[in-house]
Amino acid sequence: MPVPEVQFDELYRELILDHYRNPRHRGTLDDATHHAEGLNPTCGDEVYIDLVLDDETVQQMAFEGQGCSISQASTSMLSDMITGKRVSEARDITKKFEDMLVAGQEPDPEIGDLEAFQGVAKFHARIKCATLAAKVLEDALESPVSAQRGG
Amino acid sequence: MTIDTGRIREDFPILHQEVHGRPLVYLDNAATTQKPQRVIDALVRYYQRDNANIHRGIHQLAVRATEQYEATRSRVASFVNAPDPRGIVFTRNTSEALNLVARTWGDEHVGEGDEIVLTVMEHHSNIVPWQLLAQRKGACLKYATTTPDGRLDIDHLRSLITPRTRVVSVTHASNVLGTITPVSEIAEMAKSVGALFVVDAAQSVPHMAVDMQALGCDVLAFSAHKMLGPTGVGVLCAPPELLESLPPFLGGGEMISVVREDASTWADVPHKFEAGTPNIGDVIALNAALDYLEELGMDAVREHERDLTAYALDRLQSFGGITIHGPLDVDERGGAVSFSMDEAHPHDVSTIVDGHGVAIRAGHHCAQLLMRHLRVPATTRASFYLYNEPREVDALIDALEDVRRVFGHASARSAV
Repeated sequence: MPVPEVQFDELYRELILDHYRNPRHRGTLDDATHHAEGLNPTCGDEVYIDLVLDDETVQQMAFEGQGCSISQASTSMLSDMITGKRVSEARDITKKFEDMLVAGQEPDPEIGDLEAFQGVAKFHARIKCATLAAKVLEDALESPVSAQRGG
Repeated sequence: MTIDTGRIREDFPILHQEVHGRPLVYLDNAATTQKPQRVIDALVRYYQRDNANIHRGIHQLAVRATEQYEATRSRVASFVNAPDPRGIVFTRNTSEALNLVARTWGDEHVGEGDEIVLTVMEHHSNIVPWQLLAQRKGACLKYATTTPDGRLDIDHLRSLITPRTRVVSVTHASNVLGTITPVSEIAEMAKSVGALFVVDAAQSVPHMAVDMQALGCDVLAFSAHKMLGPTGVGVLCAPPELLESLPPFLGGGEMISVVREDASTWADVPHKFEAGTPNIGDVIALNAALDYLEELGMDAVREHERDLTAYALDRLQSFGGITIHGPLDVDERGGAVSFSMDEAHPHDVSTIVDGHGVAIRAGHHCAQLLMRHLRVPATTRASFYLYNEPREVDALIDALEDVRRVFGHASARSAV
């Protein structure tokens, strides 16, 4: 079979496929203090994030969702990255992750393994798959469960 | 007459290009089809030679533009055997045509507690206008389901029709499953309770001979851009008497007879439903698309797509690890083939396949109800038209092998 001009190994790095197949922190948290959800309506990717924030620190994160490898693996990897971090650091990591994807910036060392998604920036139709987790996480950090219940 | 794709492809300049260094294989025809040079020429000729506003001018260009615009109307009527050209309304697309019916006929005839019967296979364009109507009027929506093999469950549909049913609106061919529905049979059910019977023919009129009167529907809607024509033209077909009985949809120029300070009277149909300057150039170019299709013959188009779909279904099934959503009998389906691959999500499939120059669609295909019914988040869809060839199905299968290489590769490594 002829080799295609586009090299998909750059997009589908082993680390991404590993998180897709074996997602970390998948599930829900009964004692979640913060929660948010989001979807890409055109393609149907869904991400739900539960957080336990305490003392300005992300004690725990869990997620549910469905969608493509990029949307689910990025959520899984973000959960690994921000657990145990200060809320301000989590926001910073999320922003730098988006800067790499949307603005095409070189990955900041602070984002760690998330640099595996750098190849997504070249696939314009797929960028929103990777930014979904970041957007839902940013939203969750601002969304206490008590306020949602209280309406 | 059979379709000679080698000759036909010469008429479609867009097909002769490379994408990502590979020959373009265009398999997204359910979304929109490509245009033959003849249609492009008709557009250019209109703007170079005949451009004028229609129906009002006395001058020669206005006469020419009006004649060509109205000639397309008559041509469309004969193409689908509509009862009368006066019952052909040009809209922007199928969605607008269906909205027009829901807004005018629906607002006049549907009341609280009345029922509107649809199917779970409908495109959002044949769901949302009826939902809006139901919300305005307190009416109730009912959805006929599909059988496990992807056909319309006709017995379920029959059970939903009651004396309160005011509208039955169904797709003629599913844009996801490819399923062709037994429209004539449904027409009898709708008629038996006096309901309006609407057919979304966006995926059938481009691909097979459609005889509106033989189908027995009250309203038929379709889009020019899915049948070699330009974007921006939809067609609503109905008996003129039905349109005459309805209030206007949009108000403005062209659709009036006399305008006074407090009230106006309406132009005759179909002009009553074509407010403002219509899409003259694109309507005129649609005539060239109909020429092209009639020269080939719609039965030949259907036969070609049936053979190609049979070949695609066969190759996908023997590929393994693929679920095909929709009937496997090519006599019961059109050329839209949706499938799921075990190892990869449709978006991942679509990205890799695109890298091979193969254009397919991944997503919910504007049919979220059907996705939920099938219990899938999205599907991958290849859809064929008269210029597609078996070697393009082969190119798709080659690309799917690359999907398997990328996604299978990781599982092999993680197993080590």
